[in-house]
Parts: sequence; C-alpha cells; structure tokens
Amino acid sequence: MAIDKNSNGYTFSFAIVMVVVVGALLAVASQGLKTRQDKNATDKKMISILSAINVEATRDNAQEMYDKYVVDSKIIAGKDLSAEAFDVDIKKEFRDKKLAATDRNYPLYICEKDSNKYYVIPVIGTGLWGPIWGFVALESDYSTIYGATFDHKTETPGLGAEIKYASYSDQYTGETVADTSGVFQPIIVVKDGSGSGLNSKVDGITGGTITSKGVEEMTTRTLGVYVNYFNTLN
Amino acid sequence: MAEKKEALFSKKNRKLMTDPLDGANPISIQVLGICSALAITVQIEQAFVMSVSVLAVMIFGNVIVSAMRNLIPSRIRIIVQLVVVAALVILVNELLKAFLPDVSEKLSVFVGLIITNCIIMGRLEAFALGNKIWPSLLDGFGNAIGYAWILVAIAFFRELFGSGKIWGFQIIPESFYELGYMNNNMMILPPMALITVALIIWAQRSRNKDLIEEN
Repeated sequence: MAIDKNSNGYTFSFAIVMVVVVGALLAVASQGLKTRQDKNATDKKMISILSAINVEATRDNAQEMYDKYVVDSKIIAGKDLSAEAFDVDIKKEFRDKKLAATDRNYPLYICEKDSNKYYVIPVIGTGLWGPIWGFVALESDYSTIYGATFDHKTETPGLGAEIKYASYSDQYTGETVADTSGVFQPIIVVKDGSGSGLNSKVDGITGGTITSKGVEEMTTRTLGVYVNYFNTLN
Repeated sequence: MAEKKEALFSKKNRKLMTDPLDGANPISIQVLGICSALAITVQIEQAFVMSVSVLAVMIFGNVIVSAMRNLIPSRIRIIVQLVVVAALVILVNELLKAFLPDVSEKLSVFVGLIITNCIIMGRLEAFALGNKIWPSLLDGFGNAIGYAWILVAIAFFRELFGSGKIWGFQIIPESFYELGYMNNNMMILPPMALITVALIIWAQRSRNKDLIEEN
C-alpha cells in the first residue's frame, strides 16, 4: 500500500509520532541523569564555598573537604530560620517575584581554616543575560573580605563571563564591607581604572559593564543584610 | 550497506570533506554561521569548545536527517530538522551535565547558539535531505571542520591582540607592556571579529581567483 507523503494525514501523523518520540527520549534522559546532575550541582556548590576561603577542592573530594572546613551553617534572616542552610535555593527564592526580599532566607556558612574563623556569604543577582552568583568570605572581624568567587550562567565569554576568573574576584580581597563603627560600606564597581588598592572600589570589566554592575548590585544588596546581622552579634 | 559499491573514501567522498575547508567554506564563502563567529571568538578555548560541539551536533544531525529523508513530509521538513537539532543539543547538554559537568559549565552559553547556527540547518536542508547516510556524515564533518578552523583563526588574532594571550597563556611579554605596548581593546569587541573575517575572506580570494564573483 503506497502512502501519499504529502497528504495531511501523513504529515500530521509524522509530526505527532516525532514529538512523542523526541519528548519521551528527552524525558527519559532528563530523569535518568537527574541524580548524577544533582550530585554534580551539590559538589559544585561545596567547591565554590571552599574556594571563597581559598581552599581548592575537586569534584572527587568536595564532600570530604566541605565536612573538614565548614564547621557550621545557619540562616541568619528570612522566614524559615530553622531550615538547613545548605539546602536553601537562594536562586529560586531570588527569582520568585512574589517573595518579598525580607522573606528570603539568608544562609551563612561558618568555616574554620588554620584555627581562624571565616564567614562565607552567598550572593545572587542578575547579569546581562541571566543569573550571576557568588560567595564572599569575611574574616572574623566581620568586615574584611578574605576571598570572593563569582560565577554566571550565560554571560558573554571574554566579556561579562570574566567575573568568574581570579583576575576579577581577587580585587575584592582585603576590601572592607563595614567601617570601624559597623556601618555598611558597599563595594563599588568603577570604569575609570581607580579600583586598585583598598578603597571600596574594584575595576569593572571592559565590555562587561552590565555584568559588573550586576555584581555590584548583588553584593551591595546582600552584604548589607549580613552586616546588620553581624552588628547584632557584637 | 546499500552504497557498498562505492569506496568509502572515493574521490567524490573526499571532496565532500575537503571542499568546505576552502572553496566552499561555510563562513568565508557561504557566509553562514557568522553570528557565532562574532560572538565567541574572543578566546581560542571558547572557539574550540564551540567548534567541537558544532561538530558533534552537525554529524549526528546530518546522519539522522539523512536516515529519515524518505519519511519526512516535505511541507514540515524545516520543523523536523529543527526538532532533530534541538533534541540533539538538549541531549548532549544533559549528558555533559551528568558526566562532564566542567565542560558543561563552559558550554552553557553556547547551547542556544548551536541550535540557531545557520550552518547546521543549511547542511541538513541542502545536503542531508537528498543524500545517503555516509556522504551526509562526511559532509557534516567537513563543514564543521571548515567552520572550526575559521573560528579558531579569528579567535587566535583576537586573543593575541586583544589580551596578549593564546589559549589563556600570556604570550606578549611583560617587558613589552613596560615599553608602552597596550592590548587593543577594540579587538575584544564584536566589530573587529567582522573585520577579521573580512581579512580572511580577502586573503582567501586573492589566493584563489575563482572565488571572486563577477560583479
């Protein structure tokens, strides 16, 4: 029996079969790989937290290193203070337009390295094309930045994507986020090249202005909340 | 296999692979895939990763469409090609996320670019729909390599003059900078990619006069 390949019936049947097959294939792939992908995401988060305190971890020893250096974690503000800090998805909460900024959970990771305490703060914001995020580690004076690490989902390679490299994030090391009386001091991203040195300024990325400004916005918005919290401790 | 009579790497088949490298290059002659040639040639590493992913999607896309060529209704063939490419890209991305997460992070931004890459759709439409599987595979390979070398060549010049590096390693010595040498920030911005492509096209056409159009 010859099939007329230009008939409507054949065209529709072909389209339906194709969509079902492709849909099923992708669904199976997505579900089948989910556990592995989730584990990779968790490992990556641990590696990022550790890299904020300048500890190099690999995917193989992420859990082990995390358990070694991160001694405590908690939520310092938000609507669910008892939640497990590591499991809080700040990206999801940030994207949720219905959730007020004060209702978001603010996790804090307390790390100990060479018997010094460090406080690692996760930040999340918006770049040019999509989300950007990072971790900022403060020294035990609750003010001096010990290390910072940033990452992004879809920023332009060579331009905005440069925020993930040490050449950008190392500029934050040594800057202070609070003055001696505990008043919050934002780190400003500048264009005029005056960012070197410890002056609460860092140099932005050429051709990546919107991403750089996104980093400034997210650190300013988030670190302020934590500085207020640290002030209540003193 | 049906095409057993013809040698696997006959002259005709070899031509399928070598033509796109020069005389029928997708970027410099057919001017396809220019968008990604501009967007991701700031660094060689990125250009390389993009080239490898295009290579994979191109070969599988060509083979799958070629295998289905007698089944695809002509009225919806573009949609079918799009679905094949999109499904492949998502599948590759899922697999990378699970097994090579570090590569996946590098690739994330390119996934969308691969789907919209005109070369892939162009080859599916122009070649795979009308040819057997093996020639389609060679054609996909050839075109992807033709795309790759141009991309890497552009990235080479942009990275060298834009940031003084090759594959992330500092090439231009520190002493040059002390003497007043400066990286050309213009090279990092998209317009210089266009000009670099144009220079490659110029060089190619002055070497091979057959490529010059009549008017």
